[in-house]
Amino acid sequence: MANIIELKDIDKVYGEKIKTQVLFGINLEFEEKGFNSIIGESGSGKSTLLNIIGTLDKPTDGKVFIDGSRTDTLNKSELAVLRNKTMGFIFQFHYLLPEFTAKENVLMPYRIQNYNITEEIDNWADELLDLVGLTKVKNNLATDMSGGQQQRTAIARALINKPKIILADEPTGNLDSDTSETVYSILRDINEKYKTTFVIITHDKRIAEKTDRIIEIKDGKINMDVRR
Amino acid sequence: MRLAFKIALRFLKSGRGQTVLIVLGISVGVAVQLFIGSLIQGLQINLLETTIGSSSHITITPTNEEKTIDNYDRVLYETEISSQEIINISAAVDGPSNLDYEEDIVQILIRGFNIDDADKIYKIKDNLYQGRTPQGKDEIIIGRDLSVKSGLKIGDDALVITPGGGNIRLEIVGLYDLQVASINESWLITNIETAQDILAIDDKITSVEMQVREAFDADIIAEDLSYTLSQANLQVDNWKDQNQSLLSGLNGQSVSSAMIQVFVLVAVLLGISSVLAISVVQRSRQLGILKAMGIQDRDASLIFVFQGLMLGVIGAFLGIALGFGLLIMFTKFAVNPDGTPVVPIYINYGFIALSGFFALASATIASLIPARISSKLNPIEVIKNG
Repeated sequence: MANIIELKDIDKVYGEKIKTQVLFGINLEFEEKGFNSIIGESGSGKSTLLNIIGTLDKPTDGKVFIDGSRTDTLNKSELAVLRNKTMGFIFQFHYLLPEFTAKENVLMPYRIQNYNITEEIDNWADELLDLVGLTKVKNNLATDMSGGQQQRTAIARALINKPKIILADEPTGNLDSDTSETVYSILRDINEKYKTTFVIITHDKRIAEKTDRIIEIKDGKINMDVRR
Repeated sequence: MRLAFKIALRFLKSGRGQTVLIVLGISVGVAVQLFIGSLIQGLQINLLETTIGSSSHITITPTNEEKTIDNYDRVLYETEISSQEIINISAAVDGPSNLDYEEDIVQILIRGFNIDDADKIYKIKDNLYQGRTPQGKDEIIIGRDLSVKSGLKIGDDALVITPGGGNIRLEIVGLYDLQVASINESWLITNIETAQDILAIDDKITSVEMQVREAFDADIIAEDLSYTLSQANLQVDNWKDQNQSLLSGLNGQSVSSAMIQVFVLVAVLLGISSVLAISVVQRSRQLGILKAMGIQDRDASLIFVFQGLMLGVIGAFLGIALGFGLLIMFTKFAVNPDGTPVVPIYINYGFIALSGFFALASATIASLIPARISSKLNPIEVIKNG
């Protein structure tokens, strides 16, 4: 199967005067439609890796290819378009816009490229909200929802532009275990239904074990790479 | 662009307390600016009206030895065609004489006018408190102060000693009060023929007086006029050259008023700018996630420009309303004993529009700093720091 994400010899150094190297020569590929997890202790460099894949951060050295095109040489504006069309993000701290309702938040990535909402997109947003079980609260402001509901809204939002890749950084980090289970099963359903590639950072071994591939990062290097 | 506007609007709505504060800040600034500006303008117009409203703005006087203008119809005609700005042209025959009344002899100034023409400048008819204007020969009107001092009344004959040494009796047909004591004491107003007789200057006049539509253009118009006049030996004076100290006073007032207005605007600008800058920091999470989702830097900064613009529009309108309120209160409560306002307020729509425009411009300029911060914000900073 074709690789949708390719990292070649990625180094990442933070700081100007006091240099701290976080990633050391990472070489990694992710196949299309894969459901992958990255595990590792805090400070291991796993979030940095995810941010480099997501083009939110630039590698100090090395090449990044997303869906066949090199990204570390693109400018900010081109990257914004790439992120908007190809990727969906799910963060630990939800990051919804509290001034907007759940549905408006879900539609936001679409609005960024196209202000007018077509009936088709409107229906798609409803379908996604239904998928994550939020039909009843879709017109609530983000602040009037529980943590689990907010995270599910963020998942629906990540899917609105039908991205090829979804990057999730501790998506269940501050949810209780039951809610975590629900969120993971939703992610798995999406992966199967829409063939979306997932890269999920987690510290929860039980969750990681349910994924197709587990990559462990230790001290900025790949320590383990297991496929099931 | 429309998304930036929508987000800006939502940000303003959700931070209601902050929005109200900024709007209040802008409107108070605009109101103060409008109030001070209108007050100073009213004051200046009032002062100008009192000082030169009822006097000649430009005066043509002869420089020949006899101090007379021959062929004055031509001068009047040339004055009239010189500029459309010139109004209320009036020929005058002036000369010193003495008035002999029972107790004393006082120096007076004979002023012979075509009464209808001179009335447009001096508002003689409006200020006539007894009798009528002089119409026939040897009829005069005198001022209140002279009437009180000499005891002369309507119907009395005034004995005037002409510069030539002769005596002439003139009938008082009216009493005026031009509200300037020096005029009320000395001017004997009559028609041109009578004055020419007393001063023995045949069919000549001694000056041409006129007003202009824009008093402050008097010097330029006077210069044009002096080029237009074909007759030699004529001098053209204007009020500005003769009232330098008044002008510098007015100028000082304008400058200080402008300074106050500028500082008020600067204060408004700094206020909006700082509150918006705080709001960028408050919304950095939202901006970070919007950028992660692919919003362009330009749109991220437009959010704050739109906020500034909207705050400016609302603030300007409220401020203008508030400013009007202040002005109305001022004219209602700061009044003279007779009930007229201390300073009649002059409403200048151009100035109000300018004031509103400045508020809008300063709100927009103030939003540029936060807009820049927003544009520079790197989503990774927000995401890393939770």
